[in-house]
Amino acid sequence: MNMQHSNWIDVGALEDIPKLGARLVKTPRGCLALFRTDADEVFALDDKCPHKGGPLSQGIVHGKSVTCPLHNWVISLETGAACGADEGTTATHKVRIEAGRLLLDATSLAPSSAR
Amino acid sequence: MQKQRLVVVGNGMAPGRALERLFEAAPDAYDVTIFNAEPRVNYDRIMLSPVLSGEKTFEEIVIHGDGWYIDHGVTLYKGHKIIAIDRAARTVTSEHGVVAPYDKLIIATGSVPIIIPVPGHKLAGVLTYRDLDDVDAMLLAAKGRGRAVVIGGGLLGLEAAAGLKQQGMDVTVLHLMPTLMERQLDPNAGYLLQKAVQARGIDVITRANTKEIVGTDPALGPPRVKAVRLDDGTEIEASIVVMAAGIRPNAALAKDAGLTINRGIVVTPDMRTSDPDIFALGECAEASNQVFGLVAPLYEMANVVAAQLAGTSDAAFSPSATATKLKVTGINLFSAGDFAEAPDREEIVLRDAARNVYKRLVLKDDKLLGVVMYGDTSDGAWFFDLLKRQADVSELRETLIFGQSYAGGAPLDPMAAVAALPDEAEICGCNGICKGRIVSAIKDKGLSSLDDVRAHTKASASCGSCTGLVEQVMKLTLGDAYNPAAVQPMCGCTGHGHDDVRRLIVAKELKSIPAVLQELEWSTSNGCAKCRPALNYYLLATWPLDYRDDSQSRFINERVHANIQKDGTFSVVPRMWGGLTTANELRAIADVVDKFRIPTVKVTGGQRIDMLGVKKDDLPAVWADLNKAGMVSGAAYAKGLRTVKTCVGSDWCRFGTQDSTGLGVKLEKHLWGSWTPAKVKLAVSGCPRNCAEATCKDVGIICVDSGYEIHIGGAAGLDIKGTEVLGHSTTQEETVEIVAAIVQLYREQGRYLERIYKWMKRVGLDSIRAQALDDTEKRAALVARFALSQQSAQVDPWRERTEGKEAHEFRPLADLTRLEAAE
Repeated sequence: MNMQHSNWIDVGALEDIPKLGARLVKTPRGCLALFRTDADEVFALDDKCPHKGGPLSQGIVHGKSVTCPLHNWVISLETGAACGADEGTTATHKVRIEAGRLLLDATSLAPSSAR
Repeated sequence: MQKQRLVVVGNGMAPGRALERLFEAAPDAYDVTIFNAEPRVNYDRIMLSPVLSGEKTFEEIVIHGDGWYIDHGVTLYKGHKIIAIDRAARTVTSEHGVVAPYDKLIIATGSVPIIIPVPGHKLAGVLTYRDLDDVDAMLLAAKGRGRAVVIGGGLLGLEAAAGLKQQGMDVTVLHLMPTLMERQLDPNAGYLLQKAVQARGIDVITRANTKEIVGTDPALGPPRVKAVRLDDGTEIEASIVVMAAGIRPNAALAKDAGLTINRGIVVTPDMRTSDPDIFALGECAEASNQVFGLVAPLYEMANVVAAQLAGTSDAAFSPSATATKLKVTGINLFSAGDFAEAPDREEIVLRDAARNVYKRLVLKDDKLLGVVMYGDTSDGAWFFDLLKRQADVSELRETLIFGQSYAGGAPLDPMAAVAALPDEAEICGCNGICKGRIVSAIKDKGLSSLDDVRAHTKASASCGSCTGLVEQVMKLTLGDAYNPAAVQPMCGCTGHGHDDVRRLIVAKELKSIPAVLQELEWSTSNGCAKCRPALNYYLLATWPLDYRDDSQSRFINERVHANIQKDGTFSVVPRMWGGLTTANELRAIADVVDKFRIPTVKVTGGQRIDMLGVKKDDLPAVWADLNKAGMVSGAAYAKGLRTVKTCVGSDWCRFGTQDSTGLGVKLEKHLWGSWTPAKVKLAVSGCPRNCAEATCKDVGIICVDSGYEIHIGGAAGLDIKGTEVLGHSTTQEETVEIVAAIVQLYREQGRYLERIYKWMKRVGLDSIRAQALDDTEKRAALVARFALSQQSAQVDPWRERTEGKEAHEFRPLADLTRLEAAE
């Protein structure tokens, strides 16, 4: 298969994620959380809060942010950075919507060399 | 100019007030030295009862902290009793040998409790109720439980009895007269009071003449109190005896100094004793042939002393009518003036037996002479004002007894009532603060909070029972600028406080989160993790039939009906009604634990079994297995009914008085599934030994022989707080009904995440009792509204999800681990 096309993997439909909700994508590098905003934007972040590794996918989504369920850190979905006084950043991943399908950039998802 | 030396003997509330006024009027006139026989600063003696009952701490009732003395350059000798006054040398001498010279002297030695000289009155365990040491002694004694006998059914005795009861002792009050508080109440009100006191489980014996206090056998060690014997031979066991039979002025020091003494230290209207350089002030002083025990006239005396010391020689004390209130939570009574019957007097009486309301006005020549009110005392300030002003009430007479709201046909609005009060109307009886003074303080000093008003005017700073009135005066003066409750907006998304949002949801009939955000002009597009769960709850509680729960506005635990753990796994707690389980349930739990390799199983504080470390994907399968064995969600994650903890009660326990387990199961079956502002935990104990620890729960039931004591407002988490008694019921059905009414009232009034004890602190136990217990119509309406919301709430969320609801929650969107491996 051509590498340039295979970078984008179809992981599901936009409708599979509830508005202001999240779903998980399991990868060899750990879980990613795909968030859907009220305005139907979709963001992909590591499912790990920079604070204590809390599962961001389980948080409450508001605007373009998610609040971690463990200690209420607020993480920007656009940048992965903690908002307010907290400091730390979660890795973000590229995702796009095409004809209602969610396409995830797989280049960053290969098993890390450390493993 | 050389400062004069002012020495004060005694550091109670009256000299404290005098010094405050003196420092205001003449800040640099005197070098002040205080000798306090008690080893502490000036505190609010009126508030000792709440300290005894555990509602306040000593720190909360301190009037002048150590800093105050430093700021004003006052030398305070703590724990120094003055034993002699040398009027020739103008010095005082303390028991520790300190000699202080004076130019002016204030004697404020207060009063001493009357000890009835019956045999045994010196035994260990015989206490008085006067100062903090007495309270500490009673609290210590209360730890040993047992029975306290309080001799004296007056103000102090009843407050002591209520406090000791609240501390867990059995209490008997002995009163010499036929009815309680006969000096402040007429026999009818005294009877109602006795009923209310007895309803709290306090025994009352009137016409009780104590003959002897019986001690333990001296052969068994130092004798202490064992019982109290009356002159009719009745013997009442007692582990402590509290003498609260009255006080008398403490005039011994003044007498030794050769000052004129009658019952107290005799003073002229300028508050000077027979020695013009010596003032007497407070309970030790006798003015116009009267001695005084209530704080209002003592503070008036203090003002006169301060004015005299500051050079206002025409300041004079003239005793005026005083009003009495009992500081026992949940008992409302008010009396003022003279209410004895006499041929030339008329009376107006209102009785409402069902509501335990009694009001009696005594009139003479179209003027109010006396007021006694029991149950509903809201018009106390208004009547007292009419009485003090000696206003002509002939115009009001027909509706006078119904209070201010009906005078002139004004609407039933407490704000209007306060607005109608004249500037001279007294708001704070303890401190003699009138409405005009509060209003001008607010305006002149720009005060905006209750604490500020208390600090500057002292209004509501003593017993606190006029706090509501003071707040209404603030509201009238400040208008919208005063917003005592909603100082805190819900969150950064809005300026509205919780109460406003709830009110507007109803008023504007808002039935969805987007509607609220739009109509109430939220500053964010879809709120935040703070306001959305709150709004979701408010909408659910307001529109139980119309509102569709928004799972995306639920915290994860409520969204997936399990508790998230630090590693992202969940814990699962099935319901065990009243803490009961069976072999089948335990077997099913064991099987689930094995099958899903659940790492930890633990018993919770609420008598449930907690399975910890369940993977989210496994939750529906775990629930399916538990459902099969008949178990449903235990809601251990919910801002809702959590658990009803019980003891084994009369089924098994040799002490059990009622079927506490059965009642616990009934309560849990009735309440489960309901959403509330914060979690709700109950317990039912089968006897006052309270093995189910009901007195630290949101709602606790203590079974007694005569039925069920309903407790409310306990906490045993961040805060620790014992419950307060809401009331008594006689049947299980009535108990369930009252508890449902409480929960519904809380659902309607509680702010999101505000536990019941905080809600109770905010709205007041009385208001809860009035609606959930006393007013049967309101209670029934609450119960009906609760039942309505339960119709849609009592669905097992686990079963719904094993049947496929929200399946997306428990499945990943995609699994790329296998995909990659396949490539």
